[in-house]
Amino acid sequence: MSDRTRPARPRHLATAVLAVACLATAAACAPGPSGDSPKSAAKSNASPVSTDPATAGKVTLTEWDQNTDTGTNASTAALNKAFMKKYPNVTIKRVSRSFSDLKTTLKLALSSDNPPDVVQANQGYPDMGAFVKAGLLQPVDRFAKAYGWNTAFPSQLLDLNKFSTDGKTWKTGNLYGVSQTGELVGVFYNRAKLKSLGLTAPTTLAQFETALAKAKASGLLPISYGDSDKSPGIHIFGVVQAATAGKDEVRKLVFNDGGAKWTDAGTVKAGQTLRDWATKGYLSSGFNGQSGDQAAAAFAQGKSLFLVDGTWQAATLAPKMGKNAGFTALSPSAGASPLTQGGVGLAWAVTSKSKHPDVAAAYLNFLVDQQGMQVSADNGNLPALPPADYKPAAGTVQADVLDAWTAVSQKDGLLPYLDYTTPTFYDTLTAAIQELTAGQLTPQKFGETLQSDYSSFQQSK
Amino acid sequence: MAATAPRPTTRKRPADASRRRTAGRRDRVQWKGYLYALPALTVLTVFLLVPLGQLVRISLYHWDGLSASTWAGLANYTEIARDPQLRASFGHSFVLIFFFALVPIALALTLAAVTTRAARLRGVSVFRAVIFLPQVVAMVVTATAWTAVYAPEGVLNKALNTVGLESVNRSWLGDFGTALPAVGLIGTWLEIGLCLVLFIAGIGQIPRELYEAAKVDGAGAVREFFAVTLPGLRGQITVALTLTVIAALRTFDLVYVATHGGPGNATSLPAFEVYNRAFNTGQVGSACAIAVVLTGVILLLTFLITKLQPEDDGS
Repeated sequence: MSDRTRPARPRHLATAVLAVACLATAAACAPGPSGDSPKSAAKSNASPVSTDPATAGKVTLTEWDQNTDTGTNASTAALNKAFMKKYPNVTIKRVSRSFSDLKTTLKLALSSDNPPDVVQANQGYPDMGAFVKAGLLQPVDRFAKAYGWNTAFPSQLLDLNKFSTDGKTWKTGNLYGVSQTGELVGVFYNRAKLKSLGLTAPTTLAQFETALAKAKASGLLPISYGDSDKSPGIHIFGVVQAATAGKDEVRKLVFNDGGAKWTDAGTVKAGQTLRDWATKGYLSSGFNGQSGDQAAAAFAQGKSLFLVDGTWQAATLAPKMGKNAGFTALSPSAGASPLTQGGVGLAWAVTSKSKHPDVAAAYLNFLVDQQGMQVSADNGNLPALPPADYKPAAGTVQADVLDAWTAVSQKDGLLPYLDYTTPTFYDTLTAAIQELTAGQLTPQKFGETLQSDYSSFQQSK
Repeated sequence: MAATAPRPTTRKRPADASRRRTAGRRDRVQWKGYLYALPALTVLTVFLLVPLGQLVRISLYHWDGLSASTWAGLANYTEIARDPQLRASFGHSFVLIFFFALVPIALALTLAAVTTRAARLRGVSVFRAVIFLPQVVAMVVTATAWTAVYAPEGVLNKALNTVGLESVNRSWLGDFGTALPAVGLIGTWLEIGLCLVLFIAGIGQIPRELYEAAKVDGAGAVREFFAVTLPGLRGQITVALTLTVIAALRTFDLVYVATHGGPGNATSLPAFEVYNRAFNTGQVGSACAIAVVLTGVILLLTFLITKLQPEDDGS
């Protein structure tokens, strides 16, 4: 504590001068690639495909995935091992990160000079669209033709991985990847508790609400819900909105097809419904301060009747609840086919700078052909194309999940995740749902908040 | 770092010193001194100043982090002024200053005064160590532990129940009214140890004679605190204020782990917005603009706080 801590004035000055000089030099160039349009589009669909990696010489493939869950991790590891065994000249280097870690680091990795060869890219404008726009992924249409992905996958599933080359229009244009797993958001229920209330598994929103009221009246918590990490809100809202707004409206909103607004009656009604559930005490108390994992754990312990979540929870719930866990997808009305958020897992895509696109494509095919799907199923996952002989034991949650997947995907009932809508939509929607359920936003204002995000993206496109 | 230049008798005779400075000889010595600082300066330039320059540059563009950028001018800055959500996030960080800086300093001053008076008690050092512990624990651990404390069925609500305060029960981090103060109190808990250690050390430096003189003049404990301890701690208070205010303004990990800025945007903070926009929503230009403004605010506040530092601090 003396003059030692206080530098003399001229030093201040020198530092300032130096800082300004550095600012000036660093400021020499604009961020991002300079104006050039996507580079590798040229080599895309023309050149012939070599489908035999054995002839490719010594190759190292680097792949980045988000398969950190027990089931997906095991199947990816097994398939990588099998691929290297089949093609000893190929080494696969695996980098596995959690979904949110992958989301934040993949951009930097892709725009580096030495990106991975194969990556799992999330569908929609925020990720895949941005990658395509920047020319970081290469179209895989020629591989799709060579390996028959075009015919193996229903177009509804394949379209989710398509983008126009400028990254501005989704679900059309080139194919940028294939997916191995399927997923669905729906209602998990506790079989024993449902039976004790004298109910069967709900198949419509009306039946679901009846069950909620009955559970509440009997003193049982209707829905385990914890939204402190913000993502569960999207799922529960999506399930309600699918029923109140219907297939066409939700698709128009998320795919930016025009003609629909987030302030339309269906969406506002969904907001009102969710708000009512919160005020009637159908949701866990203090849900905005409780995590989704805590809610799932509470449901698994039998503290509630329902859990609204995705099929990826099945692998976690099954060991804890056994045959007591059930799964169902809701329809808008009795007799209609079920309708819910879901689709395919993250797309496996080939990067533009990959030096071995043919080997990368062969690897993709290895993951998604019948054998790949079988390995995925063997490890407890829901394969995007369930193999013909995949039959989970009756009465298990896996059997319910497969039934729901078949019903929804074969009857065109898959709806896109709502956060695909704009790059900032996840942020806007998750915060707005917390405000809605806490009574800070009216359902009408809630719709307006979403609409304003939606329209500013439309203008900036 | 500044101790390299020889320092004869300047302190006693300021007039003489200023004449020396104009003489030119001192300048030469100073420039040689910079050679010693050169390696450090190089590192500083490469890892701090250049990125800082890039930060400012990027803040003038619209950029999604991947595709070509477009010139934005000051649009990203005007957005900060216009966007109510961003303005709110800066507002929140000023609320946090209250919890991170003012409350802990007040509490630590009280505690320091009490513990130094009780200096002959056994186990005081254990007590001090325990209070300092929060500083040592990683923020992520702290945030996770406190999330459990604040949970709807957490320790806090259970404790309230046992004293018959069920009516106060709530989801502390999930309630729009309490989320920000709840986050702030974690900061209070964190910073109090640092302040306390600083103040106890400072009190140790205050000459005993002053206390004895106060005693002779018939001052009680309170009078003694305001007449001797508090003035003697001005330097330490300034340091504590600087450190805690900066900690409040740059809070990121606490909110990232505990609330993700929620519920709604009730606990969103500038540093959290920087991360979120840069890595999640593809608004890199906007993120950089927020970072620049945040840096400016921190520098300004730090500068203002150093003005509180006593001009002549002892020795």
